[in-house]
Amino acid sequence: MRKIAIYGKGGIGKSTTTQNTVAGLAEMGKKVMVVGCDPKADSTRLLLHGLAQKTVLDTLREEGEDVELDDVMKTGFKNTSCVESGGPEPGVGCAGRGIITSINLLEQLGAYDDDKQLDYVFYDVLGDVVCGGFAMPIRDGKAKEVYIVCSGEMMAMYAANNICKSIAKFGKVGDVRLGGLICNSRKVDNEANMIEEFAKKLGTQMIHFVPRDNMVQHAEINRKSVIDHAPEHPQADEYRALAKKIDENKLFVVPTPIAMNELEELLMSFGIMN
Amino acid sequence: MSKEIDTTVKVEDLSTFKETVLAKYPKKVAKKREKSILINDFDANPQIQANVRTIPGIITQRGCAYAGCKGVVLGPTRDIVNITHGPIGCGFYSWLTRRNQTKPENPDDPNYMTYCFSTDMQDSNIVFGGEEKLKQAIREAYELFHPKAIAIFSTCPVGLIGDDVHRVARQMVEEIGDGINIFGFSCEGYRGVSQSAGHHIANNGLFKNLIGRDDEVRGSAKYRVNLLGEYNIGGDAFELERIFEECGINLIATFSGNSTIQKFENAHTADLNMVMCHRSINYVAGMMETTFGIPWIKVQPIGAESTAKMLRKIGQYFGEQELIDRIEEVIAKEMVEVKIAQAKALIKTKGKMAMLFVGGSRAHHYQNLFEELGMTTLSAGYEFGHRDDYEGRTVIPTIQIDADSRNIEEITVTKDETRYNPRKTEEELKALAAGGMEFNEYDGLMAQMQKGSLVIDDLSHYEMEKLIEMYHPDVFCAGIKEKYAVQKMGVPLKQLHSYDYGGPYAGFKGAINFYNDIEMIACTGIWKELKAPWERESIVEAEYVY
Repeated sequence: MRKIAIYGKGGIGKSTTTQNTVAGLAEMGKKVMVVGCDPKADSTRLLLHGLAQKTVLDTLREEGEDVELDDVMKTGFKNTSCVESGGPEPGVGCAGRGIITSINLLEQLGAYDDDKQLDYVFYDVLGDVVCGGFAMPIRDGKAKEVYIVCSGEMMAMYAANNICKSIAKFGKVGDVRLGGLICNSRKVDNEANMIEEFAKKLGTQMIHFVPRDNMVQHAEINRKSVIDHAPEHPQADEYRALAKKIDENKLFVVPTPIAMNELEELLMSFGIMN
Repeated sequence: MSKEIDTTVKVEDLSTFKETVLAKYPKKVAKKREKSILINDFDANPQIQANVRTIPGIITQRGCAYAGCKGVVLGPTRDIVNITHGPIGCGFYSWLTRRNQTKPENPDDPNYMTYCFSTDMQDSNIVFGGEEKLKQAIREAYELFHPKAIAIFSTCPVGLIGDDVHRVARQMVEEIGDGINIFGFSCEGYRGVSQSAGHHIANNGLFKNLIGRDDEVRGSAKYRVNLLGEYNIGGDAFELERIFEECGINLIATFSGNSTIQKFENAHTADLNMVMCHRSINYVAGMMETTFGIPWIKVQPIGAESTAKMLRKIGQYFGEQELIDRIEEVIAKEMVEVKIAQAKALIKTKGKMAMLFVGGSRAHHYQNLFEELGMTTLSAGYEFGHRDDYEGRTVIPTIQIDADSRNIEEITVTKDETRYNPRKTEEELKALAAGGMEFNEYDGLMAQMQKGSLVIDDLSHYEMEKLIEMYHPDVFCAGIKEKYAVQKMGVPLKQLHSYDYGGPYAGFKGAINFYNDIEMIACTGIWKELKAPWERESIVEAEYVY
């Protein structure tokens, strides 16, 4: 079983990319579980065709400690297992602690047990690594591979670099490794080259360049992944390609985050096209 | 004050202590600890580093801000329901562990000190916020006890998840009504470098929520005083109450030994504030002076002589012959027994050595008692004192405010428009000062200690072991965390937080108790018998023969 965490700046398209990629893996015949680690609980919407999910923490709160796995796990597109960790309303309590509680509960309930015959677990984690709780998936060997979704925009790269700092920290003492950057295009100048160079500096690879296409938006409005909604569309093939690359990926590194001035230089030399 | 140190240990030996311990520390640690260890020479204006963060990895004596607020300052009040908002450990371990006693006047009067109230936060309260659970706890506490006041104490996780205890307090006052007073303290454990931060937070809360709410002058209008910074450990307050009563002094409120809400609310009707533990309560004294015009003096009713000194100061302040005569009578009467007990103890205690590392005033005050026992304080220091507690209040303007101090809410108070009433005119105060009375003054621990003695702030466990190894004191005064480590080294330890099982030690009767207890523990031969059998017997040696 490969355990994968997807990180990236807020709003970059982590959930969309994760679910579309998971759809690609599921189509390949892989058994995949998606664990949404965002209090908004919208990480499995496209696989479940709507926000049908009751979160782990809501269940825990309403039903006490007597929770069954079926109460929190729903089956989505092509037999994917979908779980939402959930969390408190904004500004209250501790969402980070919520993620810790909910992953522990999933383990306790046997969500990862051999009899589930999982090929993949995907953790879709909220925005930046803001506190210890959000680093939970990459601590204690919960997830061993990390993919960072980014674009050629300055703040997205800045966030990616910060996430690399966190991976480097935990990678030194544990076995979490960076598998690559997924460039979710924003149609920034020279984007693919820049992210490839950025990845090289971080000691990793740009595993795939996902072009921007309005079909993603169409599929989302229909509460579906692109592969589900328009399987013949070229964008669906992009996600299939990404799924295949992840499935075949062999490059796992402890990243080498770069300094702010290096990042700025990178933007200067690639980002501004004369 | 430049008495040379009078002991069998030479001053040169004491000066090697610093080098010895610093040599063992890593460079950065040594550099920091260096400033907290000094050889006393008060006339040379030495500066000590105090109230700074303990270096991680060092075993410190200190407690947390929650302990200072809930445990120390508010803990001794019997009729406030003190609810700890947090996981159960904080509430449980601050429950009656200080041996602060209380005595309701009537059998039916409320006393909640024997109860431990906690919201017992669980994982889900951390995740989703604990405010609802806190409200429920307040409702339950009200239904069960109908108290006049409920106080909420924040523990670390409350601050991390952002529960607003003050808003909850306001909402519950509205919900319950019935004239109830509910207030919260943001005294999360991490708020300061030690419990000292909690004292300050508690002082602010006392002033904002309790002091001055009840203007009725009860009892005699004469000789009205408050005693601040007395926490009734082992019954200290009872002994002081007895003495004041004998003298005809009208004790309005003690902060907070054997106290009640009404006494706090009424405290501003007193005419003199006496500060006993300067560190934990000087803020209240200052605020009451600004708002109500009540002057404050520092007192040390620990030790028979200094108790007498305190009484004479009160006599001098009120300036009425009737009171002065009465005080002298009481002192004369009390001193008879004191002298007999002292003479008996002195035979054995004279020339012995003590070390005191405790609190923010106790390491100072108890030196009075050791002086009366003819004992030398070789080394002393505070757990959570500030520079003014060592060097005197004159250094306050030079104390640097650091980021940790800024963590504590600063409240500014102003003259109360209707109730501000300077108890003495400027001329009267000047005349009293000329007669030797010091207002708003505290000279600190170093002024009293002998030249050449060792002053150490925030003593580490390692330094403590070295002190004992190098100088073998006859008694070591600290707390429960140190007690058994020290006693295993063959040195008796007297706890000055809880008094072990003894006390009271304040006032006249307290001094007698202390003489007897110290004579017993410091002058027994039992400590020499502490060696383990294998340390006493010759070792049986054998070797393999091949």
